[in-house]
Amino acid sequence: MEYTLWILILPLLGFLSLGLLGTRLKGKSAGYIGTALLGLTALLSYFTAWQYFSMDRVDGIRQALTPVNWTWMRFTDFLHIDLGILLDPISVMMLVVISTVSLMVHIYSLGYMDGEKGFQRYYAFLGLFTFSMCGLVVATNIFQMYIFWELVGVSSYLLIGFYYTKPEAVSASKKAFIVTRFADMFFLMGILLLSYFTKTFDFGLLCDPANQSIFASAAGKTFLGGAVLSWATALIFIGAAGKSAMFPLHIWLPDAMEGPTPVSALIHAATMVVAGVYLVARLFPVYFFFTPEVLHGIAYVAAFTALYAAIVACVQTDIKRVLAFSTISQIGFMLVALGVSSMGTVDNGLESHEGLGYMASMFHLFTHAMFKALLFLGAGAIIHTVHSNEMSRMGGLRKQMPITHITFLVACLAIAGIPPFSGFFSKDEILTATFMFKPWLGVVMTFIAALTAFYMFRLYYNIFWGKPAQHEHPLHEAPKNMTGPLVFLALVTVVAGFIPFGKFVSSTGAAYIIHLDMKVAITSVVIALISILIAWKFYCKGTSTVPAKMAGFFGPLYTAAKHRFYIDEVYQFITHKIIFRCVSQPLAWFDRHIIDGILNGIGWITCRGSLAFRWMQTGQLQSYALLIILGALILLCISLFC
Amino acid sequence: MEHIIPMEYYLVVSSIMFFAGIYGFITRKNLIAVLISVELVLTSTDINFAVFNRFLFPQHLEGMFFTLFSIGVSAAETAVAIAIIINIYRNIKSTEVRNLKNLKD
Repeated sequence: MEYTLWILILPLLGFLSLGLLGTRLKGKSAGYIGTALLGLTALLSYFTAWQYFSMDRVDGIRQALTPVNWTWMRFTDFLHIDLGILLDPISVMMLVVISTVSLMVHIYSLGYMDGEKGFQRYYAFLGLFTFSMCGLVVATNIFQMYIFWELVGVSSYLLIGFYYTKPEAVSASKKAFIVTRFADMFFLMGILLLSYFTKTFDFGLLCDPANQSIFASAAGKTFLGGAVLSWATALIFIGAAGKSAMFPLHIWLPDAMEGPTPVSALIHAATMVVAGVYLVARLFPVYFFFTPEVLHGIAYVAAFTALYAAIVACVQTDIKRVLAFSTISQIGFMLVALGVSSMGTVDNGLESHEGLGYMASMFHLFTHAMFKALLFLGAGAIIHTVHSNEMSRMGGLRKQMPITHITFLVACLAIAGIPPFSGFFSKDEILTATFMFKPWLGVVMTFIAALTAFYMFRLYYNIFWGKPAQHEHPLHEAPKNMTGPLVFLALVTVVAGFIPFGKFVSSTGAAYIIHLDMKVAITSVVIALISILIAWKFYCKGTSTVPAKMAGFFGPLYTAAKHRFYIDEVYQFITHKIIFRCVSQPLAWFDRHIIDGILNGIGWITCRGSLAFRWMQTGQLQSYALLIILGALILLCISLFC
Repeated sequence: MEHIIPMEYYLVVSSIMFFAGIYGFITRKNLIAVLISVELVLTSTDINFAVFNRFLFPQHLEGMFFTLFSIGVSAAETAVAIAIIINIYRNIKSTEVRNLKNLKD
């Protein structure tokens, strides 16, 4: 299956050709080239998925393949960095997700970005992003993943700062880059720590349950009261938390909404931000067998993040911010599911119930990518027409934008967990897994699911119902190349729940038969319906005074949530008041006066010295010859007499 | 028993030629004279080659060959030097060394 290499090459080709020759292309041709290449990539990914999943299992377990593997840098016999392609259920699933969403975003952007300055630059960056994200998911070893991890960070930075004349966009891109980079530093430390003890970067060796002797050298070693392996996996998780916007490293994601909306759909909803989830899933056997306490820690951090983000999402007025916080919350769901999961055991080619969380997490990743991309693209269509992100500028849009309305509603129902939409199935599995782990955590997660339903329908009613705002120009439905992807993603959202996902992806690779836990399912649906009802009551007419009263009743909580619980201010304080003033300024002084002083001094001495010797440079051939002879004589004397 | 002139005599002659050449190279004002001095230096080394070969390694002929090479090379070098001097003369109408100060630019 070497042809999978083309899944990486095609978007890279698009990036290089559009990036180098883009300015010579007229009109929208850059977009068409990018979209065509991405279409081919998507076809290849589907073909790969079809071929991979129709392969025979061995003892009921899906085998991982590495069609391509080159040694890139060899340090020692066992420690070398490889570049290759690893195909296993989750990477193939991710390839399908990435190429589908990316293709939809490419098509959608033909309409959305039409006439923007830097159209071809935009498509070049999309190509770069798709290339790096595909490289990330097919990485055969943790170091390759790290390389592509940084590449997606760069492309995210470039795309957030796409409108580089807007100061907010520039500072948002810098914030995103610095925060994720800060987290990646810990990721790198974790990688080095892990590889120092295991002597390998390779996922296949790290995650093989039969090959656990490689962890033996780390046994019993501790650092600051924690086992070194726990430190390693916890540090790796910090990297994952940075990319996946887990509390308290989530601050970059809401600001990242300054980028073009299709970019938010692709990078900050569907693909890049789930890289952290993917990383934990990739290293799941390591987490589960060696550092279960870190895995449980992940579950608690993620549950807290999910709760925090859901509360904040309830009071935001910028529609993209609501979606951003909703994304954070949903990623929290996925990580909770991973954190509470156990490794399943294989019996008769079927996987036991313990591996539910893992499967649920991947399932939710899949369905969430589709419906959240749909939500963002729908929001983009609205912003395209209304020219504003604020809810107050919207209202009553269902008549002007019927297609956007229906698709948005489908996505809202999916994320709220209403059957038969895809979100219901995946979220139900997550809740079941959480209840199996700790019932109280299950209750918390159910509450968050209720909040999700509430804030999504608050958004929905405020946009499509409620009081219409005044507009100077008539509102219109988005063009066909924008509604097309919306309809496609809505269809996927409707049917995705019925995919027997456990047969494709599970913790051991054996088939897992999904069955709904009726108690959990009915409770969550009823609670979601109640939340929707409340949202309907509050926001449908747009005249209800209850929301304002509620805001008054919750006073401080409401204000705090509106300001995202002042996390950004805390960061501001720590960075500006403490780090900049107490560390950076003295360092800057030292740099400017001591280091620069030494270097300038050396330069000054050289300069003076050269001036002092300048008279020797006469330009007279014979004086040079004299000096040469004198020098030769001196050397002769030295060699003779010393 | 024939009288052979001792090796040192030859070496003294070649040393005198060598230093006379260097002296001329440094002090002559005319480029042609400088060139002649250079030839003197080269010729003195040729004598050295021949002498060393003749007295120390009489069975071998490398020193003699090298002398021939050296003469050939110095002839070529002289031709080039003369060409340069002619060009200099065409440019500045002079072959005086003190007029050539462009090396420091």
